[in-house]
Amino acid sequence: MYKVIYNKRINTNSFEMLVEAPMVVKKFIPGQFAIVMAKSDSEKIPLTIYDCDKEKGLLYLIYQVVGASTLELSYVTDSIYSVTGPLGVPSEICTNVEDYKDKRIVYVGGGVGIAPVYPQVKYLKEHGINVDVIYGCRNKDLMIIKDKIEEVCSNVEYTTDDGSFGEKGFVTNILERNVNKYDICVAIGPVIMMKNVCILTKKYNLKTIVSMNPIMVDGSGMCGACRCLIDGKPKFACIHGPEFDGHKVDFDSALKRMNTYKEEEKNKFDQMEVLLNEKN
Amino acid sequence: MKKTKMRMQSPSDRINNFDEVELGFNSSEALTEANRCLQCASPRCVKGCPVNIEIPKFIKEIKEGNIEKAYEIIKNSSSLPAVCGRVCPQEKQCEGMCVKGIKGEAIAIGALERYVADYALKNNYTSVLNIEKSNKKIAIVGSGPAGLTCAGELAKNGYSVTIYEVLHEAGGVLTYGIPEFRLPKEIVKKEIDSLINLGVEIKTDVPVGNAITISDLQKEYDYVFLAQGAGLPKFMNIPGEEGNEVFSANEILTRINLMKAYKRDSKTPIKSSKKAYVIGGGNVAMDAVRSLKRLGIEAHLMYRRSEEELPARKVEIEHAKEEGIIFDLLSNPKRILLDENNNVIGMEVVDMELSEVIDGRRSVNEIVGSEHTVDCDMVVMALGTSPNHEAVKHSNIEINDKGLIVVEELKTSLNNVYAGGDAVTGSATVILAMEAGKKAAKRIMEE
Repeated sequence: MYKVIYNKRINTNSFEMLVEAPMVVKKFIPGQFAIVMAKSDSEKIPLTIYDCDKEKGLLYLIYQVVGASTLELSYVTDSIYSVTGPLGVPSEICTNVEDYKDKRIVYVGGGVGIAPVYPQVKYLKEHGINVDVIYGCRNKDLMIIKDKIEEVCSNVEYTTDDGSFGEKGFVTNILERNVNKYDICVAIGPVIMMKNVCILTKKYNLKTIVSMNPIMVDGSGMCGACRCLIDGKPKFACIHGPEFDGHKVDFDSALKRMNTYKEEEKNKFDQMEVLLNEKN
Repeated sequence: MKKTKMRMQSPSDRINNFDEVELGFNSSEALTEANRCLQCASPRCVKGCPVNIEIPKFIKEIKEGNIEKAYEIIKNSSSLPAVCGRVCPQEKQCEGMCVKGIKGEAIAIGALERYVADYALKNNYTSVLNIEKSNKKIAIVGSGPAGLTCAGELAKNGYSVTIYEVLHEAGGVLTYGIPEFRLPKEIVKKEIDSLINLGVEIKTDVPVGNAITISDLQKEYDYVFLAQGAGLPKFMNIPGEEGNEVFSANEILTRINLMKAYKRDSKTPIKSSKKAYVIGGGNVAMDAVRSLKRLGIEAHLMYRRSEEELPARKVEIEHAKEEGIIFDLLSNPKRILLDENNNVIGMEVVDMELSEVIDGRRSVNEIVGSEHTVDCDMVVMALGTSPNHEAVKHSNIEINDKGLIVVEELKTSLNNVYAGGDAVTGSATVILAMEAGKKAAKRIMEE
């Protein structure tokens, strides 16, 4: 059991959770993630590590309620059953900071994808690298951690689909205008956004790293559920990723594979709603 | 006199549940079977057992009604008797060597071992040990059969043992892999609890290599034993493998066993299917195909060689047949057919023919022109594993060209670090991993 300090709603459907998990945060490097289970009989789900307090052993997680398991997690108050991590390969840029000292870097975050962007931008700032950030959302109400990201980045540009905040349109509009300014782009968000960013950056030959978020089970390489086609070959997002060279990712099969359990997930969601209603 | 048969759930019942297939001996059946043992002066069965259980001795105790004594004898050699009695390939080991088997039927050693172990677990026998505490600390990576066995041996001898496990539950393949109907998780849990009672500490949720490295463990402990198991599931690298309903057997089994997806109210989903093909012929393939059958799926097993070469435990093959698993032998997939949504709609398969024996194994060739398609909506790959280097990735441990950890007498290239089980041999069996765990413990104690 891991003590939950808080688990609070940060917008209509996203939550931030603070958990005591010293083993997870001790060696965390941005780019890595955690797998959690709300209760002993819960599904294992991969979540974004958004920040951590290494001294106090505290782990900050951000998640969006998209299905039964995240819904269940949003009801947690005192403790959660399992937190495993850090998992995955750390960000290539954060691991080799020295190599990127004089590189011009742009981070593109879409929706809750800004959460895994934050620790990378923060880490790089701490190591003397200032990057640009483009943050896109469907609308203003869905924006999260705006103040936090501005604390670590002096040049954040915003887009919303409906124009309710920042520029109306998509992250790719802003990126395309400035594409020649950069040596490297990191895009994290919905698969369709990462795909569109990569179509654009490929055109301009701008190296792009993406962070894949496929269906996952154990997170240790054992099951292969999270395999993505990278350069035509299956790679496991849990241990070979989650970050990959965006120009080598087969986004179309990744998009389709996310629908594998669509029907089953709907049933589980209905089942979970009933279960949670009974208890509350 | 014939071998005493174990009572079993009937095939028509068991395909509708995940309860154990074999029901075990009762005391009179155990006695009848024990009485068949010739008590050879120079027993071949013991030599056939990777951990050299003193088989005639424990059988003699059964004959005399001293089950507790029989349990102690088994426990002297094996840390997980209730597991081995169920999952060892006895026909290739102890029972394969039994003198009685030459002209008739071998003694049902596995069933007797299981009887004794279950009796002991049911009656809460704890081996009474006067443990003299040693001040040596050992870290073990992985809580599967190799790690658990090593832990048990060391703890019995007073060593302070900590096991690191990446999953939320201990047991490795015993927990995530082997299904309930073959190895009830209650049994695994009891075996693990008995190790915890011996003082073994198990830290779950820890990905060694990320959360803590081998060199951290070397600093904190006197010795390290690497028993992280086999690793990454193999795929065939054929077109269509990215299909939504193409799974590894490990994924299917993990969802079903570890995450309990076979239960209606499970929070972890398993894909529904009408007709599934499991590709492979080993125990994992057999476990996967029989699990799918129990979910109401038309379950096929496709294997490129013939029945004779099936590497699975013989009794599992028999059980699978009884349960109505359809065996598509001498067949191999060429590609998986997908619709526009990436869903599996069939497979193109080719017939195979056996040819000469190379390195002790029958090779096979495709029969040119025999390609045809079969309908299905799920394909499960049970082709074995390739090594997973997660645990050792930040170390400079020596790895061979197959990706396996190089050992000499279980000692790795790193100081005070030993390794054994599938991480060293590649995918093998529970008992061979246990043998390695036992040997590693012995080596560590000799230091």
